[in-house]
Amino acid sequence: MNPSTSQRIAKVVIWAAALLVIAVLLAILLFILIKGVPQINWQFLTQIPRNMGRDGGISSTIVGTLLVTAVAVLVATPFGVGTAFYLTEYTKESRITRIIRFSAESLAGIPSIVFGLFGFIFFVMYLKLGWSILSGGLTMAVMILPTIIRTSEEAIRTVPAPFRDVSFSLGGTKWQTIVRAVFPSALPGIAVGVILGIGRCVAETAAVILTAGSALRMPTSLFSPARTMAVHFYIMAREGISIDKAYGTAALLIILILIINVGANLLVNRFVAKGK
Amino acid sequence: MQPPKIDIRGLDFFFDKKQVIRDFSLEIPANEILAVFGPANSGTTTLLQAMNRLTDLRPGARAEGRILLDGKNVFDADVNVTELRRRVGMVFEVPTPLPLSIYENVAYGPRLRSRKNHAALDEVVETALVRAALWDDVKDRLHTAGARLSGGQQQRLCIARVLALEPEVILLDRPCSGLDPISTAKIEESLRQLKEHFTIVLIPHNVQQAGRVADQVAFMLMGSLVEHGATDEVFRNPKNQKTNDYITGRFG
Amino acid sequence: MKSPMERFTERIFLVVALSSLSVLALITVFIFVEGVPIIAKVGFFRFVFGTVWAPSQNLYGIFPMIVGSVAVTLGAAVIGVPIALCCSIFLAEFAPAAVRNVVRPAIQLLAGIPSVVYGFWGLLFVVPFIRVYLGGPGLSILAGSIILGIMMLPTVISISEVSLLSLPRQYKEGAFALGLTHWQTIRTVLLPAAKSGIVAAIILGIGRAIGETMAVIMVLGNAVAIPESILDPARTLTTNIGIEMGYASGDHQQALFATGIVLLAIIMLLNASAQLATRRK
Repeated sequence: MNPSTSQRIAKVVIWAAALLVIAVLLAILLFILIKGVPQINWQFLTQIPRNMGRDGGISSTIVGTLLVTAVAVLVATPFGVGTAFYLTEYTKESRITRIIRFSAESLAGIPSIVFGLFGFIFFVMYLKLGWSILSGGLTMAVMILPTIIRTSEEAIRTVPAPFRDVSFSLGGTKWQTIVRAVFPSALPGIAVGVILGIGRCVAETAAVILTAGSALRMPTSLFSPARTMAVHFYIMAREGISIDKAYGTAALLIILILIINVGANLLVNRFVAKGK
Repeated sequence: MQPPKIDIRGLDFFFDKKQVIRDFSLEIPANEILAVFGPANSGTTTLLQAMNRLTDLRPGARAEGRILLDGKNVFDADVNVTELRRRVGMVFEVPTPLPLSIYENVAYGPRLRSRKNHAALDEVVETALVRAALWDDVKDRLHTAGARLSGGQQQRLCIARVLALEPEVILLDRPCSGLDPISTAKIEESLRQLKEHFTIVLIPHNVQQAGRVADQVAFMLMGSLVEHGATDEVFRNPKNQKTNDYITGRFG
Repeated sequence: MKSPMERFTERIFLVVALSSLSVLALITVFIFVEGVPIIAKVGFFRFVFGTVWAPSQNLYGIFPMIVGSVAVTLGAAVIGVPIALCCSIFLAEFAPAAVRNVVRPAIQLLAGIPSVVYGFWGLLFVVPFIRVYLGGPGLSILAGSIILGIMMLPTVISISEVSLLSLPRQYKEGAFALGLTHWQTIRTVLLPAAKSGIVAAIILGIGRAIGETMAVIMVLGNAVAIPESILDPARTLTTNIGIEMGYASGDHQQALFATGIVLLAIIMLLNASAQLATRRK
């Protein structure tokens, strides 16, 4: 084939593939939003589900989602950021850093259903936390740990090396240098990792359903079982309880994910702009 | 006669196996400006960074010999490194304001040391900025980002940041290499005034700067001290042929 | 010559940093402790290659699920990988900056959409389409492959794009200087040079697909039988756990953990080969 002909064909195919991906994304988003947004109103947001979710709203699942996510982020962030600081500031490449990186990568590859199994047998049964917000949140913390480690490490590595020299030369200890010079500069990047972690918590079903349970009551403590929005949507859709309420829940999930993504992107852009 | 502020005796410095400073001895008197100059890779920066042990941060760094600050070897095991660095401040070649406001940049060092009350801290910051000849430029915008200043102003901010620690010695590593002549002149004027209170060791970015500001000069080559003496003396009448070649620009 | 305080904080950081290793160990230990006894009881060979899964009769053979997982994942790769590769070439080479700034976040968003939403969309869109135009129940390997093919796109696209973008500029300039067209340059210079990264991307995408649960539960039909065509329903290792964990107990529950062990083993194998692929530069 003539090189310029094959170039033209290849270009068409490649553009078509890109358009197809965008089209699929739009098809999913619009489908859910068009069907679901009309279901969202004040009552839907503030009322407890009644009649297995057929009537009422989804308020308890919103609270459940927020609490599980909060536990996960509050637990995973210090460990993730601490690991990143250890890998970047406290040690040279060595056997120990390779082991830590390997562990984080392996964790990142484990399927969420396996995290669910682990959370169930470890937090729910072995530690006797039962199906609860705590079990669900801790399971999700383990799941988002690698994300937070990786993004924080990247953020810390982009902090200019002279900042450290300056801080040390002004009489700063290592700890002061990390807390006052390095951490503030890396903060937007670390925040992106945390936001991505929040996104995963909001979207996760398999791991949460096995650890937080699927109770519809409004949770009263961290030891209460809870149903997150994603789990609620799954049960409503799979068991055909109320397709309308399912659409509404899905639309709310999508809107949340959209907000989270836009927030992360804004942060990244600000971070990049400041680095220039 | 006063004892020297800094007394370097038989210093050898290595990065892993590579020796970058050889048997270096020099006495640095208080309240004077010493300029240490030499071609690239002659060990001047390492010498400077060894004086406040910033070299500790470099992998593979190892020192033999002594650097005595007021008679006390800075390499001794019982030396508090952060305290040493507070006493011996450093200004780097590239102006590096931390990503903080002008005020917070200057307050960074004092804040590390203690919780000063607001009024006291304000005073420390103002004094430092006045001494660095930056106060009039920035007094109305202390809370804007340090990075928004011009290059010359940024470098004076970095000097103010060191002054705020009330150090005894100030080390400057080619502080004017990226600056315009007017900014350079301002900084050199500040240095002349600052030596009243401090001992200053400067690596100039060219020989002329050494001639303009230094009381004494030391010429380094390949990690060794070639010649040392009063500035006029060395510049008018260098004893060593290599010094003469370098000063007159016939080197290399 | 570190101060005691400094040595102390370093210890703390080390302990924190060992958290990922510790949870990895915990996960492995607890899953194995739960799952190994039933494998021992049934016999490894009969567990992995047994074709009957009937917990009520104490029969635990997961071969149909292994076949299901492999079939759905292969299908997903066949559908997803070419599209993803084209898309990464598009982003790295062809897309004007303005278009790229729209497409990149869009693909990121695709990664953020909850898997249950994919499953739901598949159930209402893809499944009826297959039932009407291709026959069968609609709930099928094909439906699962399409959904997983979409879901693996973000992983494969972003990693291959990075490996294309990290090539030295000289490769491209050199090829252009020889008079190659842009496409010839991509096909004969850039793709081969980025091969190891792209292979890793594909393997990780496959790992993502084989580990997915909720989306496939909704579109796969979940029948426990070895499928004979891509229009047949099937059950995967993950959906086997997802469906039955809710009510299983005793041996049955242990058998689901054992299913998890097999799944973990497959994932570890895939990850190891992805790492091998990237290291072999």
